[in-house]
Amino acid sequence: MNTQPTLFSPALAARFDKLVTLYPIKRSALVPMLLYAQDEVGYLSDAVIAEVAERIGVSELEVRNVISYYSLLRTRPLGKYHVQVCTNISCMLRGGNEILEHCKKKLGIPSKGVTADGLFSLEEVECIGACCWAPAAQVNYDFHENLTPDSVDEVLADYRAKAGNGEKK
Amino acid sequence: MADVTLTVDGKKFTTPAGTLLIEACRAHGIEVPAFCYYPGLSLQAACRMCVVRIEKMPKLQTACTTTVAEGMIVTTESPEIAQARKATIEMLLGNHPLDCPVCDAGGECELQDMTFKYGAHESKFVEIKQHRDEQQWSPVVFFDRPRCILCYRCVRVCGEGMDVWALGVQNRGVGSVIAPNRQDHLDCEECGMCIDICPVGALTSGAYRYKTRPWEMSHVGTICAHCGDGCKTTLGVRRSSDGMEIVRGDNRDKSGINGDFLCIKGRYAFDFANREDRLTQPLIRQAGADLRSVSWDEAIEFAGLKLREIRDSKGGSAIGVIGSNRTTNEEAYLLQKFARTVLATNNIDHHRTADYPAYASALSGKSEASLRDVGSARAILLLGNDPTEQHPGLAWQIRTNVRLNGARLYVANHRLIRLRRQATAFLQIRESNYAALISFLGGASPPAGAQNAAAFRNAVRKEESLLIVFGSEFCGRDIEALLKFGSTLPSVKFACLGDYANSRGAADMGLYPDLLPGYVPVSAAAHFTEEYSAGLPTQPGLDIMQMLDAAERGELDALYVVGANPVARYRRNGTALRDTFLIVQDMFMTETAQVADVILPAANLYEKAGTVTNTFGDLQLVKKAADRAGVRTDFELIVRLAAAIGADVKKLVPFGPRGVHADFGQARGAQSGEADRHGVWLSAHHLEPRLSPFDPFAIFDEIQRLVPAYDVPRLDLLTGNDQHLRSELVQIEKPVSRPDLVLPSNDTLFTSGSLGLYSKTLHSVLEARQPVETAAD
Ligand code: SF4
Ligand code: SF4
Ligand code: SF4
Ligand code: FES
Ligand code: FES
Repeated sequence: MNTQPTLFSPALAARFDKLVTLYPIKRSALVPMLLYAQDEVGYLSDAVIAEVAERIGVSELEVRNVISYYSLLRTRPLGKYHVQVCTNISCMLRGGNEILEHCKKKLGIPSKGVTADGLFSLEEVECIGACCWAPAAQVNYDFHENLTPDSVDEVLADYRAKAGNGEKK
Repeated sequence: MADVTLTVDGKKFTTPAGTLLIEACRAHGIEVPAFCYYPGLSLQAACRMCVVRIEKMPKLQTACTTTVAEGMIVTTESPEIAQARKATIEMLLGNHPLDCPVCDAGGECELQDMTFKYGAHESKFVEIKQHRDEQQWSPVVFFDRPRCILCYRCVRVCGEGMDVWALGVQNRGVGSVIAPNRQDHLDCEECGMCIDICPVGALTSGAYRYKTRPWEMSHVGTICAHCGDGCKTTLGVRRSSDGMEIVRGDNRDKSGINGDFLCIKGRYAFDFANREDRLTQPLIRQAGADLRSVSWDEAIEFAGLKLREIRDSKGGSAIGVIGSNRTTNEEAYLLQKFARTVLATNNIDHHRTADYPAYASALSGKSEASLRDVGSARAILLLGNDPTEQHPGLAWQIRTNVRLNGARLYVANHRLIRLRRQATAFLQIRESNYAALISFLGGASPPAGAQNAAAFRNAVRKEESLLIVFGSEFCGRDIEALLKFGSTLPSVKFACLGDYANSRGAADMGLYPDLLPGYVPVSAAAHFTEEYSAGLPTQPGLDIMQMLDAAERGELDALYVVGANPVARYRRNGTALRDTFLIVQDMFMTETAQVADVILPAANLYEKAGTVTNTFGDLQLVKKAADRAGVRTDFELIVRLAAAIGADVKKLVPFGPRGVHADFGQARGAQSGEADRHGVWLSAHHLEPRLSPFDPFAIFDEIQRLVPAYDVPRLDLLTGNDQHLRSELVQIEKPVSRPDLVLPSNDTLFTSGSLGLYSKTLHSVLEARQPVETAAD
């Protein structure tokens, strides 16, 4: 359908071609499209924004408006593993702040920072819906719960090992 | 819709169902404060200033989103409401710099007014205010983020109103910020709508920022000097060392035919008037020497004697006159009267931008549309032209009508013009096929290459009432054919698009070699001869091309150019005019002025009074706003020149405390005492009788009498209301086939003929978009 050159893999491009036909208003496909694009490319680069705007038929400004509204959409590359530590109320009461501090020390980066090797990035986030198992953190799409500084070390070590294997997740 | 009855603050009234509560209140004199609500834009309900108490509803409600209901009982002011509004303002002021003493909006700021009204003087916030530096987004638009109260009016007016969508909102909550479409700058129409609609001083204009305070200006509502739409613009003027300078153009007077709208030219391109390099000294060139400045008397005497000598020795046919698209009706009228009665020549013309004579004769008996009609028509057929660029005011009215009233727009054009986005149907044709398009609409086969033409025609012909707007792609016979097609439809109105502020007036007032005011052929001048009590030349004179050709051949002895730049416009070689005695009346040293023998510094449309007619036939009052020492109005200069030639000024301009009856009422036969009417009318309305021959209104009476379409109620006109010409009443003889000589100026949003070249604002926008070639061509 879309014969324009695309930034995306053929499978994702095909998915987008279909996506815009699913809603009564094309614009409704914007947020899902951005999410999928981010998963594939890693972040929403200027080129991604331009192509998404083109596909949806809105201005780039409008795409940026939406991106800036959602903190889960980002316009800068992050680490291969994005560590999101919750410090909202339940987690805070059960040591979320300590977990965050521990991560900062361990990775040597502040919140929103990226390690020099590009492997990890860190972000302090609001409630991620895992309050029952607080304190909690999310790495990419995986949850890690009832964290202690020790278990955080294990989690990070696991990812480091995975990266050594060349696995994505 | 059915009506409902409600009670607001104890006042009971009836209003149509579906009305917003805030509008119902306003219509009944109850002011509900509002920051985000703006009539005609989508609802936002972002600011909570408009909260009111409605009985039986649990919380305070926003009046800007609540529609009226039967039996509703509303309170708009109470301690509870005041407290809520005060709290809202306290939040809005959380990060607000409160720099009112230096802010452009100080003194006319809605936030300031509300803070005063609700006494939100203290704040519970102890946090340090976040400062952000001011940003320049374009030559025109500056943004001062901390002052922004996030009402989103700017975002909506740019998107919904202008269909430009150049402004957005980024982030969320307290972090929300207005953002331009190119990350750190704007790429847009630079209309300034966002700036004027901003209730605070967050958006400011390059033209006005930090120049003055609102109360230091006088505000004069007049008509834009640029395109043929005739928008009303309010000029803020302030005394300067050499007169009154214009410091601001805006649209505080929304009563005009443009409603809320002004484009960059109406709002900011007044700056030509303030230029340092304006001509302010009369100049003459004697015996091939350089131009030298002289006194007014010397310059006018010099020009007058020379004109008289030529007229007396060689006859009027040795003299030519070129008029302007931007002088008032009175000036254009006077100029042709001067040419015909004083210079005894029909060699008079102007740069024609539309074939108004053909239009006027085809129109007789049919209706012409006012620009106001465009805002309310059920359906519009737009043929040719690109209003977004050439008639921004028209484009605004079309968009607004489509958006708010669901009007249907049909566009046929050879280009993919922007307004096709608003169109129900768009038909692309070849540039050479406009004539074929008319026959097609009338039933012939479609023009070659047009897609879906049949559906387009069917839809157009199904409309029960239609407004047909056409550009200068149509001239002569094509106009006749188009109007003929139009009259086969049940109900139709027409509009013919010409380019400049008074192009229509110049045509109506007879700046033609073959037509007198009101498109009366010069061969049928009897009526005029009687009025003017002078013989008029009855042979058509030279048109503008013939005059320039004759001058270049050295066969035209004198040429009087008023507010025009034919050398540049017609790409002539100025030096070829050296054998012609050239008098130029202008604001600047234009290409034409450079080769003149006499230069008379003239005032512009913002520095004089009179009337102008927009291309839709809306007659409007022009008021004097600015002033520049050393210049004179074209009206005054024509009168003075006539006097220097030795003409009887009273014959040219009937003036005096009691008109002219004492002097030559007899000579005017059946019209005896007529010229008096102006004086009588003035005293009847407790206005000063005109005492000066330089008063343009002294001649308006004559215009109304001789050009019947201009016979509109004068009191309405003088109080600043647009009056639509009564063109349909006027039967105009079909002119014999004549060259139309229409030369469209193809201006864009950022150009305006020779005048545009002298606007720094327009120039800076063009420069910011692309390096402008400096070669003057
Ligand atoms: S100047 Fe006009 S076009 Fe530009 S951002 Fe403001 S409203 Fe939009
Ligand atoms: S810049 Fe002005 S108009 Fe735009 S949101 Fe802010 S306060 Fe409102
Ligand atoms: S649309 Fe035409 S008349 Fe209106 S402000 Fe712009 S240039 Fe002036
Ligand atoms: S508070 Fe941390 S997951 Fe809900
Ligand atoms: S005016 Fe009603 S919420 Fe802003």
